[in-house]
Amino acid sequence: MTFLTILFDGVAYGMLLFVLACGLAVTLGLMNFVNLAHGAFAMAGGYVCAVLVNTSGWPFFAALPIAFLASALIGAVFERLLYRHLYDRSHLDQVLFSVGLVFMSVAAVDFIMGSSRIFIKLPDALQGQIDLFGIGIGRYRLMIIVICGLLTVALQLTLAKTRFGSRLRAAVDDPRVAAGLGINVPQVFALTFAFGCGLAGFGGALSAEILGLDPYFPLKFMIYFLIVVTVGGSSSITGPFLASLLLGIGDVAGKYYFPKLGPFVIYTIMIVILIWRPNGLFGRTAAR
Amino acid sequence: MLMGRRTLLQAACIALATAAPIAAAQAQETFKVGLIVPMTGGQASTGKQIDNAIKLYIKKHGDTVAGKKIEVILKDDAAIPDNTKRMAQELIVNDKVNVIAGFGITPAALAAAPLATQAKVPQVVMAAGTSIITERSPYIVRTSFTLAQSSTIIGDWAAKNGIKKVATLTSDYAPGNDALAAFKQHFTAGGGAIVEEIKVPLANPDFAPFLQRMKDAKPDAMFVFVPAGQGGSFMKQFAERGLDKSGIKVIGPGDVMDDDLLNSMGDAALGVVTAHMYSAAHPSAMNKEFVATYKKDFGQRPGFMAVGGYDGIHLIYEALKKTGGKTDGDSLLAAMKGMSWESPRGPISIDPETRDIVQDIYIRKVEKVDGELYNIEFAKFDAVKDPGKTKK
Repeated sequence: MTFLTILFDGVAYGMLLFVLACGLAVTLGLMNFVNLAHGAFAMAGGYVCAVLVNTSGWPFFAALPIAFLASALIGAVFERLLYRHLYDRSHLDQVLFSVGLVFMSVAAVDFIMGSSRIFIKLPDALQGQIDLFGIGIGRYRLMIIVICGLLTVALQLTLAKTRFGSRLRAAVDDPRVAAGLGINVPQVFALTFAFGCGLAGFGGALSAEILGLDPYFPLKFMIYFLIVVTVGGSSSITGPFLASLLLGIGDVAGKYYFPKLGPFVIYTIMIVILIWRPNGLFGRTAAR
Repeated sequence: MLMGRRTLLQAACIALATAAPIAAAQAQETFKVGLIVPMTGGQASTGKQIDNAIKLYIKKHGDTVAGKKIEVILKDDAAIPDNTKRMAQELIVNDKVNVIAGFGITPAALAAAPLATQAKVPQVVMAAGTSIITERSPYIVRTSFTLAQSSTIIGDWAAKNGIKKVATLTSDYAPGNDALAAFKQHFTAGGGAIVEEIKVPLANPDFAPFLQRMKDAKPDAMFVFVPAGQGGSFMKQFAERGLDKSGIKVIGPGDVMDDDLLNSMGDAALGVVTAHMYSAAHPSAMNKEFVATYKKDFGQRPGFMAVGGYDGIHLIYEALKKTGGKTDGDSLLAAMKGMSWESPRGPISIDPETRDIVQDIYIRKVEKVDGELYNIEFAKFDAVKDPGKTKK
């Protein structure tokens, strides 16, 4: 039964990684933009949620969508003002720019919110564990699994089935032809970028309880986002999703069964997968 | 023409000769304290508490001691030892400070140690807590605590109070390993057994797998040491996993239950037993006044770092009084050695041999008082020296 509890914790952790990283999969994979500042948008969502719940007394579930919207809005503004100018630049320029943005966000949040770790006050219903046939099911983790599961399905459907999804794929694959067909490419990119940032913010709000929220969030978790996207391959949503699950379960189970090796399990998984499939689980060679 | 030039030169020399002592005399009027603490970054709360406490002390006791005006020069090293070293150098060489003080973490204190020795400037350590620090320079005096002081005491206490099996969970870095070693030695010497020993990586986001392992090991208690910021996450996940209802107690050195963070941990922290040198709930008249004025000025209660800073500046004040205004490092240091006084934490003194602090260590339990969480002291070990040094 302990095995199932560990499995459950691992799935929840993996789902959390997925929500945090899938926005990056969208910007990095679909838009081919190396945005290392992804974690900064996640942190923004976390802090928006924390301030609404702790200071203004909003219910947790009402604050979650606001965290999404706030990060998406910040993302949209940044995209129009800054990111847009870097689409055609080299990946090195994009990396340098976005890393700079991370450091600025750390300093800014440290200045405004202080450097101590913040906790979001959760409703009682989300605290504690339910005992189901001897498996310890954490209520908060169960909520993460449900929300993230729904989100994944919605995301996959949006990209594969909707008109916006096909426009986006067209705009990415060949922006010039797409523009010729009457697709407003800059607008599609702006919307996609904002949406990716919104997802990050949503993930940030959800993860505060488990991962902790402080101004160093974007730096601490940058490595995890990158592992998920690298292992998953960046050309679809399925790849990062399966990668997140694999890494989440691997990390939790590894730490439980081999505590001495604990932190290395996740890296070992990454290395093995990358040797086997250098472009990630569902990778393909870049379209351009 | 030639004469004129010579007289001009002479005049200049005379002017310089008379001006120099005046300048020197003016320099002697101020006594400079170079305070190097992290004010930004992950350790910022340490620096802020120390800075606040020093402001509070100066406000209460005035800024003139033995005819000298005290000037505190604050530098933010963000807990990066390279910065600490550079700032200590600047303070000693350019600002000509009489004392360097502060030092949020052990590597920072160690980085400045050779400079203190070389320049013969007393280095007052107000926060960092590993045993070795005071051994790195004969000019280091400490007013905070050592991890071994609290960890050995909780080990002794646990062994004597019906705790037989303990699982340990400590962060895998120097202070965590110090705390673990000190605890293990005393707990097993008292007849206790360690049933599980887990070192958590410092950058660990999720405690779930480690806590599950603790739960399955079914110990009487868990010994925990994690960096202050992670304490809250740890306690929340501890409760989430139902460990608070499984009868497993949490024990540890008091750093995890810092007054600074205690309230944000929520009711999960209730009943945690720790050993430490300071609690904001310490029932002395002096502490009550300290907590009240600190709250009034800064809007929150002081933690143990604030007390380290408060006592550090007190030590500097009193040393200067004792030397009658003599400001050279050796006189100040001689005055500091063996000094004893009443602190908000209780009676304390500076060990004349090790220059480390000797203080009472209290066993405390987290309880709710007036809707707030406090570490309530219920047992006391008198005048504890740093056990990390007694072997010599």
